Amino acid sequence: MSPLDALGFGPRGWGPALLEGALMTLLVATVALLIGAAIGAAVATAKLSGARLPAALGDVYAAIFRGVPELLIIYFIYFGSSGLLTSLGHALGREGFLGVPPFFAGALAVGAISGAYQAELFRGAFLAIPRGELEAARACGMGRWLMFRRIVAPQVVAFALPGLNNLWQVALKDSSLISVTGLTELMRAAQVASGSTRQPFTFYLAGGALYLILTLFSNRLFDTAERRAERGRRRAA
Amino acid sequence: MDLAFLASTFWRLIAALPLTLEVWALSVALGGLVAMGVTAARVSGVAPLEAFARAYVFVFRGTPLLVQLFVVYYGLASFAAVRASLFWPFLRDAFSCAVLALALCTAAYQSEIFRMALAAISQGQIEAARACGMSGFTLFRRVIFPIALRQALPAYTTELISMTKATALVSLVTLWDMMSVALKIRNDTLVTYTPLLVAGAIYFALNFLIARAAAALEYWLSPHLRGRPVAVKVADVL
Repeated sequence: MSPLDALGFGPRGWGPALLEGALMTLLVATVALLIGAAIGAAVATAKLSGARLPAALGDVYAAIFRGVPELLIIYFIYFGSSGLLTSLGHALGREGFLGVPPFFAGALAVGAISGAYQAELFRGAFLAIPRGELEAARACGMGRWLMFRRIVAPQVVAFALPGLNNLWQVALKDSSLISVTGLTELMRAAQVASGSTRQPFTFYLAGGALYLILTLFSNRLFDTAERRAERGRRRAA
Repeated sequence: MDLAFLASTFWRLIAALPLTLEVWALSVALGGLVAMGVTAARVSGVAPLEAFARAYVFVFRGTPLLVQLFVVYYGLASFAAVRASLFWPFLRDAFSCAVLALALCTAAYQSEIFRMALAAISQGQIEAARACGMSGFTLFRRVIFPIALRQALPAYTTELISMTKATALVSLVTLWDMMSVALKIRNDTLVTYTPLLVAGAIYFALNFLIARAAAALEYWLSPHLRGRPVAVKVADVL
């Protein structure tokens, strides 16, 4: 089979499988980024709280998830959560091995890593809000929630967006490691295709090209979002 | 979890540490050399060279390292021409393929760090050096390099740490690094947490040492900024 036939959309072509893999990559990376945002917001809040213990716990969390290989974290969460589920099953009288779906374990692992970086991003973005605006909001009689919704959240998002774009790219690339759990995302699809066609060069290159396309496409989206988030800000130039 | 098992796990992982460190050191050094070439091309002012450097950085930063590793290890070997070539003894070997892939990848990140460091040097300092009669290599050695080194250090430390983490991927191309030994222990004993936790602790210790060493070097290189001591937290340097 010529490389073009193998990559194509014909009866024996692997084109559709690769595209499905790319969609799965997009999905798992998006879920991971959202999990990371939730963890990041929680850790940032803990660090900003001023209370000793939560701040220290936040530091420890960030240090661990930034200092240990991503692959190891993915294995640990995948095997670890399945082991936990299996022993829970035994306690409830279920025999045999119970596996956590690779999608959830993978998204959780990549999200936990992303959260460690997002925490720092959100903390910096919060500190970049001029103190006067928070005081003004309080002086106007805004409560905590209203102030968060109207003053804090829009600015944190605006300040954090460029960094979030970077972390999205990192999550996209880290998601390729989830292939070791058997989730058929882009990397795994390329692996399967190259195994059965015996054309590894073609398929890993095609997989790489699809990652680049995802990057380019999401860069566009983030540019638009950045422009929208900054629409209320006066520019020097 | 018994202590004997913990100890045997630890020593088996430590036995695999030299391979992890070798992959790390060789790929960081080789990557650094490639990065210097890429940076030189990027700031050369020659349009085709600049375009090449830009494309290199875009491709190697935009694709996962795992894809690059598999293209080098599985992809290149699928060509009869490669297998017949002079490079085959090199490309047949998983270790050299792993070092090559990691080096090419880190080169893209390192070259961006070098470029940023060069861009951060103020024009006034270069003009002052020229006014003092320095040019060419002297200018580079006495003014550009020391300032750029100091500028690049924090980002370079981050890159060194992410390379330690990246070495774990070589376990997927049949090498017996710490990661694959940890997985082997897990497979043989069906104990999940201990081997992975111990391996994670060793990786963390390595990165902690790198971060501390870099912080010490940074302190040593910035005598002019001292006088306002700032506490360095673990989370800030990692």
